Amino acid sequence: MRLISIFFLSLAFPLLLISRTISVGESKLFSKLQLAFDAANDGDSIIVFGGFYVEGNLILKKSVHLIGKNLPVVDGQKKYEILSVKANHVIIEGFRFQNSGFSSMTDPGAIKVYNSKFVTVRNNVLDDNFFGVYLQYCKNCVIENNTIKAYGIEEQQIGNGIHCWKSDSLYISGNTISGHRDGIYFEFVTNSLIEKNNSDSNIRYGLHFMFSNNDDYIENTFRNNGAGVAVMFTKHVKMINNIFEENWGDAAYGLLLKDISDSFITGNSFNNNTSGIYMEGVNRAIVENNSFASNGWGMKIQANCMDNTITSNNFINNTFDISTNGTLVLNTFSGNYWDKYEGYDLNRDNIGDVPYHPLSIFSVIVENNPPAMLLFRSFMVTLLDRSEKMIPSITPDNFVDNSPLMHSLSL
Amino acid sequence: MNRITKFVVINIIRNRIVLIYTILLALLSWSVFSLEDNSSKGMLTLLNVILLNVPLVSIMFSTIYIYNSSEFIELLLSQPIQRWRIWLSLFSGLAISLTIAFLVGAGIPILVYSPDKLGFMMVSVGILVSVVFVAISMFASILTRDKAKGIGISIMTWLFFALLFDGIILFLMFQFSDYPIEKLMVGVTAFNPIDLSRILILLHLDVSAMMGYTGAIFKDFFGTDLGLILTFLLLILWIAIPFWISLIKFNRKDL
Repeated sequence: MRLISIFFLSLAFPLLLISRTISVGESKLFSKLQLAFDAANDGDSIIVFGGFYVEGNLILKKSVHLIGKNLPVVDGQKKYEILSVKANHVIIEGFRFQNSGFSSMTDPGAIKVYNSKFVTVRNNVLDDNFFGVYLQYCKNCVIENNTIKAYGIEEQQIGNGIHCWKSDSLYISGNTISGHRDGIYFEFVTNSLIEKNNSDSNIRYGLHFMFSNNDDYIENTFRNNGAGVAVMFTKHVKMINNIFEENWGDAAYGLLLKDISDSFITGNSFNNNTSGIYMEGVNRAIVENNSFASNGWGMKIQANCMDNTITSNNFINNTFDISTNGTLVLNTFSGNYWDKYEGYDLNRDNIGDVPYHPLSIFSVIVENNPPAMLLFRSFMVTLLDRSEKMIPSITPDNFVDNSPLMHSLSL
Repeated sequence: MNRITKFVVINIIRNRIVLIYTILLALLSWSVFSLEDNSSKGMLTLLNVILLNVPLVSIMFSTIYIYNSSEFIELLLSQPIQRWRIWLSLFSGLAISLTIAFLVGAGIPILVYSPDKLGFMMVSVGILVSVVFVAISMFASILTRDKAKGIGISIMTWLFFALLFDGIILFLMFQFSDYPIEKLMVGVTAFNPIDLSRILILLHLDVSAMMGYTGAIFKDFFGTDLGLILTFLLLILWIAIPFWISLIKFNRKDL
């Protein structure tokens, strides 16, 4: 057995020996990146020393390890896609890619990976590009610790920070993305993990998810994006420990869920958004251990949502905790903490003895008649709210939390 | 300070009602802030106090005080003092004492627990509301000589601004909900000093909700510096106009 393995190892040894290291830079063997790419063989390492490389569209067709020393700058002159990767097992690290071209036809990106497997993009700086990192038909790729920045003003004039299309098993971690159209864009991407990214001040969504099943996103921060985060037409998505903050505007939501099923939303915090979560056509989602604080609307649950469980969440200091657009209630609320709850707890088990109706009549009025917001907190409205809480007439009386908590959960 | 004003202020303080009002405000404010775990909930309770109780006390106390001092006014009129000076002194005496009462009773706890923009807004709005309703009471009490009638007018005015006005607006909103009435609504609120004050505070208290579609229209108006100045100017108009009309009436009145 041992002999056999030694035999195979010795067969592999020559392969290791041929793998070379190629240096690119001033007074090095190659001064142009493209020449080095063409000269390299699969398995080589290319070390690029600091400098300024303007070579139009670079095309990489070899499985190489591309290392930038002292942050070499690769510039696309606002005309070209900067680096096109068309090989498996490529690692790109330590570069600064800037000024990619702009085109709505070809979608040029700073780094665009075509039909490849095991490509890693890490520790790069991407500045002022149309698309940042663009993956299409890729598998097992890693994008981590990149800083991606653009200065988009209009949605149509700028691409996405990290754009993934028809891919599988991606790992996207520790990136900082700002100023793009969508921070991270997923379409037809499955079995992927997005974690510890920071997506802020993008023009449209911090994270945009379409038709991407079985993905998880964990511990990301989405702040001050044009319209928050959107997850649409997807099933089996896990959203855990993310922070959604300061997404302000009428069509801005901390988290927009549309036609989602079997999702799991836990441990997230929604702070200072116009709407924390907006749910439309959502089925069988579990929303638990989240914190909703200082939002205009904690959750907007449209009447076409079904079998969702909202449990063990904190609702603190929101203008409205919940609103809905109909009278049909097919969702379950239990064991949440509502700071507007005014019941009592005689047996001291921390569960209020009086059920809580989180839907205030005024949130229904405002939903139907938005200008009525002007009357909010007037004595008239307070009276209306009080009487409705006693005897629900307009609001559905099965919209109720039967076990409201007396004290907030420590989340 | 004018001697008549000084006399009015001292007289009011001796009266003890304003003193009790101050103590009640203070008790309420301190207890509200120490009971609630976050100060914004306390602010909400105090907002209701400012919008409901402060106007009520201001308008009722002032109306009754003016009726009760009719003999004092007649006495002053027999002296060589201009009529407008007497009326103005009476107004400033009432306004000063009620403002001090509000500042001591509610202003101090508000500024202690919430020394930010919201707190300052709350205090200034409270003072303005007090003075607005003193002015309105001057107007109400000059309308008729009958004390019961005058007090009735005051109560109805308070009820109208605090409750009925919003009810009518809500009704109209539903009747005209098919029309773009947002901008009109901004204009309509100018006719109610309590609504003006409420919206000023609402924009600070519910800033996230106010960023919604219609909220944005209101915020575009009330939230800007210009809107803020305009709203304060409107509140000052609410002081100036009722007082001015009452002054004209007082000047011509055969007492």
